[in-house]
Amino acid sequence: MSYKTGLGRVIGPGSAKTGAKDWFSGRVLSVALVPLMLLFLCLVAPLIGQDYDTVVAGFANPFTALVTILCILVAFRHLADGLHEVIIDYVHSRGLLIILLAGTRLGCYFLGAAGAFSVAKIAFIG
Amino acid sequence: MALASMKNPCYKPSGKEPKQLSEGTMADVNRGRRPLSPHLSIYRMVITMFVSIVNRITGVGLAVPAIMVVAWLTAAAMGPETLECANRIMTHWIAIIIWVGSIWALWFHFLGGLRHIWMDFGLGYDLPTANTTGWVVVAGSFMLMLLTVWLLLV
Repeated sequence: MSYKTGLGRVIGPGSAKTGAKDWFSGRVLSVALVPLMLLFLCLVAPLIGQDYDTVVAGFANPFTALVTILCILVAFRHLADGLHEVIIDYVHSRGLLIILLAGTRLGCYFLGAAGAFSVAKIAFIG
Repeated sequence: MALASMKNPCYKPSGKEPKQLSEGTMADVNRGRRPLSPHLSIYRMVITMFVSIVNRITGVGLAVPAIMVVAWLTAAAMGPETLECANRIMTHWIAIIIWVGSIWALWFHFLGGLRHIWMDFGLGYDLPTANTTGWVVVAGSFMLMLLTVWLLLV
C-alpha cells in the first residue's frame, strides 16, 4: 500500500528539477517586457493603420526595428511560458496536455519568428 | 472521527462513508472521498483574488492582439497592397473594439505583473497593502487605458 497522497503522485511538468531556472528566467523576461511594451506602445502602435511609406519610414529607424523585434520575441516567449502554466493547471488528460503544451509553444515560437522576420524585412528591404 | 462531522462547506455526503476511519490506512482509503479543496465557486470574491484571476485571464487574452500585430507586420512585409488590406481589417470597428479591450488587458497585466514582481521580493503581503495594490491595479488599468486610447485612437 502506498502512503502517498494524490498530490504526492502528481506527475508531469511541474516546478520540480529545473523549476528555479524556469521561475527566474520567467521573472527576467517579465521585467524586460516592461520597457519593451512601453516603447512598443510609443513607437509601433501608432504605425498600425498607417500607409506603407509611413510604416517603412518608421521601421527604417534601427532603434524602432530593434525594439520591435526584441518585444515580439520576448512577448511570445512570455506568452508560451504563461500558457504552459495555465495548461498544466487545468488540463488533466495526459495526451491532451502534451498536445496543448507542444502546440501552444510551437505556435508562439512560429508567430514570434514570423513577426521578427517581418520587421527585419521591412527594415532592410522596405 | 466521521467525515460528516467536519464542518466543511464543500463536503457532500455520498452515503458510503465508513462509520469509523481506521488508524493507519492513511491516504488510500479516503482517496476520492475526501472533501474537495474549496475553489472559485466557494470563496467570497475579494480584491486580491480578483486581481490574480483577471491577471491570468488577461495574459491568455493578450494572445489575440499579439496575433493581430504579427498578422499586420507580416502583411506590411509582403508589400503595399497587402498592408492596405490589413489596415482595412485592423481599423474596422470590430477590430477597434478588440484593440481597446486589448489595451485595457495589457495595462491590467502590466500593472498586475509589476505587483507580482514586487511581491516576489517578499513585499506587500500584509492585507491592507495587498488590498490597496490590488485596487491600484484595477483603477490604474482603466486610467492608463483611457490615456492610451486617447493618445492612439482619438
